[in-house]
Amino acid sequence: MAKLILSMDGLILKEYTLAKERTTIGRKPQNDIQIDNLAVSGEHAVVVSILNDSFLEDLGSTNGTLVNGQQVKKHFLQNNDVIELGKYKLKYVHEPAGQVKAADFEKTMVLRPGAMKATQPPAAGPTPVAAVTVPMGTPPAAAHAPGAAPAARGFGDTQVNQGAPASAAAAASPAPAVAAPAAPPKPAAPAPRVGVLQILTGGNAGKELALVKPLTTLGKPGIQVAVITRRPQGYFITHVEGAHFPVLNGKTLDSHAHPLADHDVIELAGVKMEFFFKT
Amino acid sequence: MNLEQALQIVSETDPGMVRSHNEDSVASDVSRGLVVLADGMGGYNAGEVASGMATTVIVTEMQNALDRHVSFDVDPKTGQSQAQKLLRDHIAKANTSIYQASQSQPQYAGMGTTLVVALFHDNKMTVAHIGDSRLYRMRAEDLKQITKDHSLLQEQIDSGLITPEQAKLSANKNLVTRALGIDPAVEPEIHDYAALPGDIYLLCSDGLCDMVSDEDICMALQTLGANLKLCAQQLVQMANDNGGRDNVSVILIKVLHDYAAPHGVLAKVFGWLK
Repeated sequence: MAKLILSMDGLILKEYTLAKERTTIGRKPQNDIQIDNLAVSGEHAVVVSILNDSFLEDLGSTNGTLVNGQQVKKHFLQNNDVIELGKYKLKYVHEPAGQVKAADFEKTMVLRPGAMKATQPPAAGPTPVAAVTVPMGTPPAAAHAPGAAPAARGFGDTQVNQGAPASAAAAASPAPAVAAPAAPPKPAAPAPRVGVLQILTGGNAGKELALVKPLTTLGKPGIQVAVITRRPQGYFITHVEGAHFPVLNGKTLDSHAHPLADHDVIELAGVKMEFFFKT
Repeated sequence: MNLEQALQIVSETDPGMVRSHNEDSVASDVSRGLVVLADGMGGYNAGEVASGMATTVIVTEMQNALDRHVSFDVDPKTGQSQAQKLLRDHIAKANTSIYQASQSQPQYAGMGTTLVVALFHDNKMTVAHIGDSRLYRMRAEDLKQITKDHSLLQEQIDSGLITPEQAKLSANKNLVTRALGIDPAVEPEIHDYAALPGDIYLLCSDGLCDMVSDEDICMALQTLGANLKLCAQQLVQMANDNGGRDNVSVILIKVLHDYAAPHGVLAKVFGWLK
């Protein structure tokens, strides 16, 4: 369960558990968190907790409420947020209960009418809903800029589309680093190396393409298309469509995904290209 | 009418990287244009039982019903389309079966499942859903979420309490407000949509959309739409590469051709003769 830790000048004064749906903060004694200081309004702010989420709302206080140094009217509290009222600080701590099995994480549960109210009495023991829903850090959504994809369109008949074919621009420059998808949230994954494809034959020989997107298709739609997937384990090439399969180091591939090694040579629709890792 | 020529359907289901059980269940019948996906919940193996019952009951019952009904005309008495009525009736049947099983057998107490069903007929698609399993439509390079989750988070977004960006950080991701088999009766959300040749429809459990961003789903459908099986495998793989914390299931349906139902007297005569 989430907590608020009250401190002043770095000195911890008290800890409050957010057990109620509404936890009020203010100078007057009827508040759940009473801060007897003239800089704090009688009814200063309230924290509304809905299961695992808590929202802070300023109740029109005279001196305002700051969260992480920013004045807020209403705020969706995140772990380690610091709420400031005058000289006082309230740190919001919301740690996932460690004793619950990993298998229980994110299990879908039904929220039935009445379940919300059942979480209110703090002493009544955890309700089934509150007990199994364990808060945990959510993975950062893969933030990449769509449309920033460069494309080396027009090496002979063979096209390379990075992700969205619509975003193919005429520029053949390597993609800006910003366009790289966020690394998957695996705890111990080493920083993945960026693979590069260099065209060896045809009119575009010598051109390079950095494989920064999760998926890069090669070839011509309707004739022969293969895809290079970027995964935490490395790069893989898979046949997508067409009667001919791509050739890797002189060997024709089957319909399964094949891992790409440094300096592998791919032959596709009559164009040879070399895959290597950028150092 | 047989939709085998008009539709291509592939499905993939995977327990993910963390769970030992797969509580998701998928089923499809391409000739009748029916796809069903369910994400079960409940202790031990009750989740699998609930989702399995949902897909089995709906597919078998719908198959029987569709073989009897030739027309999908709007019912003049209720104003409801026949397809909506069929789905509503058979979802209610599945609900009753699951509810009764959970009431009569203690090991299944409290089990339930989310559900998303799509029925393709006469250039249309009727979609019914309960809970947070979703249906997306990929049309002309544009991915759109068609179903709206029945979840606490969606309600919070709708009420303006949090923004969709904040929702990604919420700890209440996994609370659904409606489920099949929990109560004696359930109200599915059912709508009709027009389907066009070239459309790709994606049905998925929350194991996909929680782990893979809509942008990445869109990219996979755009780049691999030509090879539907590979596309489905890619989506599951992306969810697993991102942690795979939940079971992942996807069904992909590609509309290859027009599939207007035959109209007119002759068609009706042939319908009777069948």
